[in-house]
Amino acid sequence: MLSFNLLVLACLSYAVFLFAVAFWAEKRAERGQLGWLRSSAIYTLSLSIYCTAWTFYGAVGYAARSGLEFATIYMGPTMVMIGWWWILRKLVRIGRTQRITSVADLISSRYGKSTTLGVLVTVLAVVGTTPYIALQLQSVALSFAVFGVANPGGLVVPDLNNTALWVAAGLALFAILFGTRNLDANERHHGVVTAIALEAVVKFLGLVGVGIFVVWGIGDGVGDMLTRIDASPVSKVNINGTRFITLTILSGAAFLTLPRMFQVLVVENAEERHLFTAGWAFPLYLFGMSLFVIPIAVVGLDVLPATSNPDMFVLTLPLKYDQQGLATLSFLGGFSSATSMVIVAAIALSTMVSNHIVMPIWLSFRKDGATMSGDVRSVVLLSRRLSIAGVLALGYFYFRLSGGSEALAAIGMISFTGIAQVLPAMLGGIFWRGATRTGAIAGLLVGFTVWAYTMFLPSFGDAAGFTETLLAHGPFGARLLRPQALFGVMGVDPVVHAVVWSLALNTGAFLLGSLVSFPRPVERLQGAQFVNVFDHSGSTRSWTHGTAEAEDLLVMAQRIIGALEAQKLFQAEAEAQGKQGYLPDATPQFLERLERELAGSVGAATAHAMLGQIAGGIVVSVEDLMAVADETAQMLEHSSQLEQQSEELARTARKLREANDKLTELSIQKDAFLSQISHELRTPMTSIRAFSEILRDGGQSSEPMDSESLTRFSGIIHDEARRLTRLLDDLLDLSVLENGQVSLNWSRTNLHDVIKRALEATAQGLEGRDLLIERNALSEHIAIETDTDRLAQVFINLIANVRKYCANEVPTLRITVRRLLNDHIQIDFSDNGIGIPEHKQSVIFEKFSRLSDNAKAGGAGLGLAICREIVTNLGGRISYLPGQGGAAFRIDLPRVHHKGR
Amino acid sequence: MNEPRRSPLYLERASYRRRRLIDAQRLLPIFLFLLYLVPLLWGGAESDEPVGGGVRGYVHVFSVWIGAIVAAGLIARALTRDETPDRDDARGKPADPARRDVSDGGKS
Repeated sequence: MLSFNLLVLACLSYAVFLFAVAFWAEKRAERGQLGWLRSSAIYTLSLSIYCTAWTFYGAVGYAARSGLEFATIYMGPTMVMIGWWWILRKLVRIGRTQRITSVADLISSRYGKSTTLGVLVTVLAVVGTTPYIALQLQSVALSFAVFGVANPGGLVVPDLNNTALWVAAGLALFAILFGTRNLDANERHHGVVTAIALEAVVKFLGLVGVGIFVVWGIGDGVGDMLTRIDASPVSKVNINGTRFITLTILSGAAFLTLPRMFQVLVVENAEERHLFTAGWAFPLYLFGMSLFVIPIAVVGLDVLPATSNPDMFVLTLPLKYDQQGLATLSFLGGFSSATSMVIVAAIALSTMVSNHIVMPIWLSFRKDGATMSGDVRSVVLLSRRLSIAGVLALGYFYFRLSGGSEALAAIGMISFTGIAQVLPAMLGGIFWRGATRTGAIAGLLVGFTVWAYTMFLPSFGDAAGFTETLLAHGPFGARLLRPQALFGVMGVDPVVHAVVWSLALNTGAFLLGSLVSFPRPVERLQGAQFVNVFDHSGSTRSWTHGTAEAEDLLVMAQRIIGALEAQKLFQAEAEAQGKQGYLPDATPQFLERLERELAGSVGAATAHAMLGQIAGGIVVSVEDLMAVADETAQMLEHSSQLEQQSEELARTARKLREANDKLTELSIQKDAFLSQISHELRTPMTSIRAFSEILRDGGQSSEPMDSESLTRFSGIIHDEARRLTRLLDDLLDLSVLENGQVSLNWSRTNLHDVIKRALEATAQGLEGRDLLIERNALSEHIAIETDTDRLAQVFINLIANVRKYCANEVPTLRITVRRLLNDHIQIDFSDNGIGIPEHKQSVIFEKFSRLSDNAKAGGAGLGLAICREIVTNLGGRISYLPGQGGAAFRIDLPRVHHKGR
Repeated sequence: MNEPRRSPLYLERASYRRRRLIDAQRLLPIFLFLLYLVPLLWGGAESDEPVGGGVRGYVHVFSVWIGAIVAAGLIARALTRDETPDRDDARGKPADPARRDVSDGGKS
């Protein structure tokens, strides 16, 4: 007999293996080598989280009790997948274009980014999924117990509650580690998906392995098995027709609406065409999982004692025949099915809870809104992590409280019915433009209430106050309101009763509510975008010309999607608009796009609210909508060529305008410089002339000058001449650099040494105050091929600028070095001063440009111009980085010198 | 929004075939559903079988099931083979008539 300790060991090493696989996949994804990790096979396998422990253990028990009826649970999804995946395709497309993060987000976003609906669906999902998670914990605990009972001599005495607790904790850890690595829903969780695909293979092998053993090991091939089935009580069960049909439809509906299924089907989908493959491959998987269920049930009932739990036949059968390897495989299969479901469900639910409950509350507490200090990103991630732990804790407590009911199937059915209540709002939302928020809220509320009253609460029995008397006579003797015979419908199976009533009333309320209410403009807009997602992707928009400052937007975006991503997004947008730098114009199109990007992280409703706080212009009137629609219609009339041309023109015009602004500014500065440079040249000249005159006259006069004055005067002449030379040197240097005649001295060096050298050179003696330097020395150790002296010159210049101009009480300079994927190095110098005003940002790198007119710093405004020329000659670029809370410069250098540049 | 733009009344052979394949795919679940419900008509009070036909029903349901999967696989293969050469440019053009038909099934 297999030692129980050995089993625990196998289970632990399997878990470690899963962690390793997930980690490996994440690493690969980070390096961009996804390859087959995003193939349709992985996608199909990841869909298999539909098959939970309820399938793995429960299906056999179900078949032992009700015969063929178990197949309904797998037939429903089969029908959806093989023929109607265009529903899924539409969902996937909507999910992609609107950056949908969850079912709740889909519903909320479709109905005008409504917070109420988001909360409703989230609550429904949490209430509906908690029992299901409890079920998974229970099945793992039970399967441990089966081995424990079979082997009483083990060192570890299995305790159901403890096992469940450990499993829950382990799963929480996994989900937090690999499920909350990034915020953006459209960055997929490759680690999690790969791990659950692997688990899909293990559970398939487990169940099919036991099946093959039963048919060809215990039985005598297919013919013998059919005879056995014919003789068994399993095939004597009368199939209940209404129940059969209802359950098939119910499982098909739940397949679309279960949060975990939505997560893998839509959110984690990498390419639409994977649906082609999944359309037949996933039904095949379901078929394989179901094929051997009846043989296992039949043989189990036949050979095992009558007291044994049919839900555990998959384990107890191989154990009875002493097939240790098979039993372990089967155990791991069950473990896989439970864990993969819990992990994905926890991730999906935590996204919903944090985006639709925590974030709105948090936002409403912070009245100053999205521009406040503090990192929103870490708040969201923290709330997701806490939510994962919370969801699993809820599942565990449900498991403790319910005391582990014996039949797994009943809980699964309750959960399915609850979550299927989302279906009318979901399908109505993507196929019917007339569906409104009021209708959706009404439908969901009615469906939820009826479900709770007829199915969910009665499942608790006396504990929830649903006593025998209440069930038999209705509340307060109102017989029409009996929970399982609503409005006098009697003699129907309770499940059918609950499903039909809840979905019928739900759909009715949804349709009626939609018909009588009038949608708000944002709803109409979103409705059109969802329903016609294939016709036009994003030509309408909800932002009128707002008053948003691009810099405010950047500050907010950095806090949500992270500094690097936000800067990349803004830079790309600015480039598309034909501008340089990091700040594009806050056009409605850009706001729309930014909102979508943010929605991918925090959900549509929250993103809309946050942007609204900055951009103003959140109110869209019906007139605006009509205007936009008119505009769209007119645009359609133009040929695409015209459109392109006008776009081109607009871009050129923008460029010209920018160039003109720059030229004007430069011309003013050049004038200023000319007078400045004449002044600069004249001042030393004047003093040189004056003092040399004194010296000359002193030599001729009767009383010769004392040697002290002589030294002093000639010293002044010398200093002034040096100042002149320095100025002329700078000018010469610049012109050499600009003409590209400079010869660079390429060598390999360590970037850390260059920075160190620059810091030392600026540490003493110069004007300005002491600097606090923040740097991460470790990250600076990068070998780089460059001209060391020139690079140091750039650094010295930037550091000296901070010393001169940083207006803070305690001037602080932060140096960050980053190695990019394209083998470039990014070096940021940012201080905590007042920064550079936006209109000056475009000219600071020009010659002779100075921030303030007074010459207090004593330079001629050539430093940054020289820096830019040097960096360009080194093959990189330097730019001003806005939105960092002070002045910040970014240098982007290739790590290796390429000849012939 | 659905003005009759650019969608021709009669199609070339290839696009015609493609549309019928898509029709077949949409009808498949309905056939599957009907065939799968057949066992409910078997057996019952007058016969010596239970409703659902016992082992006969079991064999029937699973045969129908695998049959539907094979059919779906064949259709999907035919559709992907058609699609592969022009996949990239089709993605950029939602107005491509044959393409549109797959996509917005619900309302055409």
